[in-house]
Amino acid sequence: MTEPILAIEGISMKFGGLHAVRDASLTVESGRITAVIGPNGAGKTTLFALITGFQTPTSGRIRYNDADITGRAAHLLARQGIARTFQIVQPFAGLTVLENIAVGAHLHIAGRAAALAAATEVAKLVGLEPILQQSAATLTVVGRKRLELARALATSPKLLLLDEVLAGLNPSEIRDMLPVIRAIRERGVTILMIEHVMQAVMSLAEHIYVLVEGHVIAQGPPAKIAVDPKVIEAYLGAGAAARLVGGANGR
Amino acid sequence: MSKSGFFPIVAVVAALACIPLVISSNVVLNFLVTALLLTLAGQGWNVLGGYGGQYSFGHAAFFGTGAYATAILQTRYGLNAWPAFALGIAAGAGVGAMIGALTFPSGLRGSYFALVTLAFAEVLRIIASVTPMTGAGVGLLIKLDLGARALQFPGRAAFYWFILALVAVALVITRLIEQSRFGAWLTAVRENEDAARSLGVDATRVKLSAMTISAAMAAAAGCFYAQYFLFIDAPIAYGPWISVEALLAPIVGGVGTVFGPLLGALMIKTFGEAAKLVTGDVPGLDLVLYGVVLILVVGVAPRGVAGFGARCRAWLASPQKVAREGRAA
Repeated sequence: MTEPILAIEGISMKFGGLHAVRDASLTVESGRITAVIGPNGAGKTTLFALITGFQTPTSGRIRYNDADITGRAAHLLARQGIARTFQIVQPFAGLTVLENIAVGAHLHIAGRAAALAAATEVAKLVGLEPILQQSAATLTVVGRKRLELARALATSPKLLLLDEVLAGLNPSEIRDMLPVIRAIRERGVTILMIEHVMQAVMSLAEHIYVLVEGHVIAQGPPAKIAVDPKVIEAYLGAGAAARLVGGANGR
Repeated sequence: MSKSGFFPIVAVVAALACIPLVISSNVVLNFLVTALLLTLAGQGWNVLGGYGGQYSFGHAAFFGTGAYATAILQTRYGLNAWPAFALGIAAGAGVGAMIGALTFPSGLRGSYFALVTLAFAEVLRIIASVTPMTGAGVGLLIKLDLGARALQFPGRAAFYWFILALVAVALVITRLIEQSRFGAWLTAVRENEDAARSLGVDATRVKLSAMTISAAMAAAAGCFYAQYFLFIDAPIAYGPWISVEALLAPIVGGVGTVFGPLLGALMIKTFGEAAKLVTGDVPGLDLVLYGVVLILVVGVAPRGVAGFGARCRAWLASPQKVAREGRAA
């Protein structure tokens, strides 16, 4: 076990009467890829908003590198090395791809020329290099997802939160993105990802948390999660696990 | 976005500086002075609205504060016009910072921000029209004291060069912003505030800085107005006319471009004069024409004349690509 870079302790978030996240605890080990999965509406994106300072939890604590960061503003967390992508992509549509990435690079680089150079380097890593001068408004879905990734990476994060970067991509585009995400991890960036594309989660993640109705119902390595009856029932309905097992036995 | 350095600014300013050497007509020079005055106020609006995406309807608050501060310091406290001018700019910037500090941290955006800035300008106008310090309903007259020492140039040409110098400074500041980290952050906030925050941009602080610079430019225009006409009252200094013209110039010329306000100011002043000639003595009809032009500009060239020109050039180079980008946008 390496030491945790992020530790979430009993966090809850209420929107009026709606409990989006209930007493969730999870730990992200430094240098690994950790995934959060769960059905729609399970509170995954809210969890990301809490970690990155876009929302303040109703209760509970978030620790990052052993410091309490609960409720700290988003831009301050970005300066400390927490970067995120958005599930609904948020490009700076009026700017070029290069200018978009440069905004991220400017976090630690004051000079314009140096920031543009750093942005170009990041663009190479995620495969955006051929379209640097294109307007972000003209990008395809996969281009926008790559841009989200590039912009976040340009801030040189220690912890990168990826909110469904593979959603909406076709199988060959997903195949192209997997090595990009692995390469980011190889550079020493810890990754916490929300993902619905299961074969990607199973091949990328070293540890998985399953969030259902705001609760963490299971956690463990991918092989264990795939056969966990609680997880199967959360996705397929009560009794599904028993039916699946029964079906297997009957055959 | 044009990133062509400072050469175009030097060229344009040099060309404009030559005009009084060729034309000595007071009517023409007076027209150009008012156009440059509007350019300065419009450039102020452009920094906040064009680059930062925060559309203010109340730049009169800064224009008027600059004008009143200059006039009051001279008439009531006997200060020399030059330091009064500088303090007027500082006072306008201060009001900008104050209004920004009251609005941005509470997350006021879009039309709400526009309405609040309009309200501030109106409140200041009403206060100025009843307070003895500002001359209440009578207004303030700055004593005639011709000479460069009192910033009252005897000829129009000298005034023209003075306002041209101020515009040149504003153009250079705008270009510097465009090429700096601050400018990148400012446009990022305009395009998407949440995404900007996730990349470490302190959106509130960036907007506050932009508003302060913006207000300083509008205040400089107000200070100049007071020195040039030597008279101000509440409807002039804090009236909606300057708020409207300050936003019209960059919108017509091209928001978020260095030369947009200059282009737009020259166009709407030319058009304003032409409209007055055409409509003759019917009051208000020229303003109706104004409105029609604004609607046409927003409809035909949403990015102003500068943006329209760039699109035309791009279209000549590659028509299909422009059509594609137009649909995507």
